[in-house]
Amino acid sequence: MPQFTIEVIIENKKMARDPEGETIAKELITRGGFSKVKSVRAGKYLRLVVEADNEVQAQQIVTDMANTLRIFNPVVHTCSIRIKSEAD
Amino acid sequence: MKVAVIQFPGSNCDLDIFHVLRKVLHVETNLVWHKNFKGTDYDSAVLPGGFSYGDYLRAGIIAAHSPAMKHVKEMAKEGKPIIGICNGFQILIESGLLPGALLRNQGTAFICKWVKIRNETSNTPFTKTIRKGAVLDIPIAHAEGRYVNEHDGLRELNENEQIVFRYVDNQGKISENSNPNGSMDSIAGICSLERNILGLMPHPERASETILSPFSDSDGLGILSSLAQI
Repeated sequence: MPQFTIEVIIENKKMARDPEGETIAKELITRGGFSKVKSVRAGKYLRLVVEADNEVQAQQIVTDMANTLRIFNPVVHTCSIRIKSEAD
Repeated sequence: MKVAVIQFPGSNCDLDIFHVLRKVLHVETNLVWHKNFKGTDYDSAVLPGGFSYGDYLRAGIIAAHSPAMKHVKEMAKEGKPIIGICNGFQILIESGLLPGALLRNQGTAFICKWVKIRNETSNTPFTKTIRKGAVLDIPIAHAEGRYVNEHDGLRELNENEQIVFRYVDNQGKISENSNPNGSMDSIAGICSLERNILGLMPHPERASETILSPFSDSDGLGILSSLAQI
């Protein structure tokens, strides 16, 4: 069966402050002189290898998994699930 | 009354709470490995503090899927008292037994210090002997203890009197400086709608003997002594 690489990115919703991102932005990036960078949100990145017939099915399997196992907490997180392209 | 202290890989406050329940309060208490836990054997369960599964992915999420938590959910449904302390609170949140989320502290640091919390309701099995408005000395020790919920979720907690403890200053008042981790509404602990599940970030087991307190008090004991009386 073919395998697909799926990326899962979990971020805080806007209503939940992100002290890690705020600290990176303020103490590292702005202080380091990159003032054009206006904000940073830190998150969590998971890369999964999934067996499936096709990309759509692979994405569906990961979506089901993320919802069933609460990979993200829907009260405070958004979760994006995307196919990693072959070129990566 | 027979209490189980459930041990997960990475629990590290299990022996402290076990000591207080068994040696200080003389409650029949067992330490139980999470894979061996059966809810029918016990009248109450304690989820202790620590770093279950290394806090991987999100503090409490992996332990929330332990078979032990199916038993805990069953016990909760039967109305048995359940306490989650620190990582135990995180596990209760992640297993859906308590609402909201516990995120990284505002300020990002791991905070380990004595704080003051105010009892907001005597209408729980755990706080029935503590006066509403009483201020307790108690230590916290966590990196992910910032309570967050949506606007409606917070409103419901307030309306249903589910906020059990708030961080306060020396005068018992809520202030920006008295909130150590940026929790919304200064929340330190909440209970379930049915009131038999309590989750709190502070550690009552570390404040249950005068010798352990810089204030020579034992304010955490009131919360745990409820288990001796049920």
